[in-house]
Amino acid sequence: MSILPDLFLTFAKIGLFTFGGGYAMIALIEDACVEKKRWITHDEMMDVTVIAESTPGPIAINCATYVGFKQKGYAGAAAATVGIVLPSFCIIFMISRFLDNFLEIAWIAHAFQGIRIAVGILILDAAVKMIRKMQKRPFPLAVMTASFIAMLLVDIFALRISSITLMLAAAAVSLALYIAKGSGGREAAGK
Amino acid sequence: MIYLDLMIGFLKVGLFAFGGAYGAIPLIRDVVLSYGWISDEMLTYMIAVSESTPGPIMVNMATYVGSSQAGFAGALIATAAVVLPSFVIILLIMILLKRLLKDPYVQAVLRGLKPCIIGIILATGIFMILQRCIGSFSGISVDPTAVIMTAVLAAVYFGLPKIAKRALSPIGLIGISAAAGIIVYGLI
Repeated sequence: MSILPDLFLTFAKIGLFTFGGGYAMIALIEDACVEKKRWITHDEMMDVTVIAESTPGPIAINCATYVGFKQKGYAGAAAATVGIVLPSFCIIFMISRFLDNFLEIAWIAHAFQGIRIAVGILILDAAVKMIRKMQKRPFPLAVMTASFIAMLLVDIFALRISSITLMLAAAAVSLALYIAKGSGGREAAGK
Repeated sequence: MIYLDLMIGFLKVGLFAFGGAYGAIPLIRDVVLSYGWISDEMLTYMIAVSESTPGPIMVNMATYVGSSQAGFAGALIATAAVVLPSFVIILLIMILLKRLLKDPYVQAVLRGLKPCIIGIILATGIFMILQRCIGSFSGISVDPTAVIMTAVLAAVYFGLPKIAKRALSPIGLIGISAAAGIIVYGLI
């Protein structure tokens, strides 16, 4: 099979069979791209994971773009990225046509009332896992606490401040600290 | 115009969605609520649907919101918009700026962004639970059923790994909460 359809189909398969997204997909991508197809090496896979953590967007899409571009330039990047997105696009599009009707059925509406509670717990769990992994140093802890309080106030009082504003503010403070401390204090600012 | 709004809204989400699957949820919530596209309640349903279907949550949510607002074209535009920033950024890093991420100034920005996102996700999770259990700030009304269900589900989700040494998957929790919802809310 020529490389473009191969990229497309391989990533479409990964897109179709990974639930929950994120890190669940890495194992499948590693298996397909490193072990089976040998499109990238294990070390490159590690590199992509690190890059993906520092860039916006789902890690699976970052991997697809990276592998596709390495194999066949822009066309390859596009084929792999469209491939990984297409299956869930089709599934969600179909669901979106029917969900409103489903919700008019009493027992399904009840089920979703229960699910609403689970979603809050899942988001809380995601945050707790990230806090466990983060560096427990004064600067990140202070930024985390400040943005937690700010965001909670924004939500509770329905203030018109976007979370993007908070993120830009945190980035600006961190950058200002780094510049202010200069080369002598860089170690301290960095940790 | 709805197509333009969808494009701009989801480009913003795609550009700022650091922090994995759940990092995008506060952003999507911001965008869809500020445009008035869907209600907070519908949003939680969609998070559950996105979590229970294949593919990254962020992409699923974009497809859903786009489709609910402007049909197939809307779904296409929102999905493309949410994917585009990360697509372009990865290409830029591969072509031009392999050392970009190691640049000390970029590192300083990321050091500020990452803990901020964790705080935002934590606040969003806690707020969603509070909202469900005690209502909104303007109309506080405690919902005892929701409080009990939250306590039981949280105990099962966080307690199971310690007792059975086997974690409950997100889809597992969604399944259990759906069953609990049918029983509890069906009987009331």
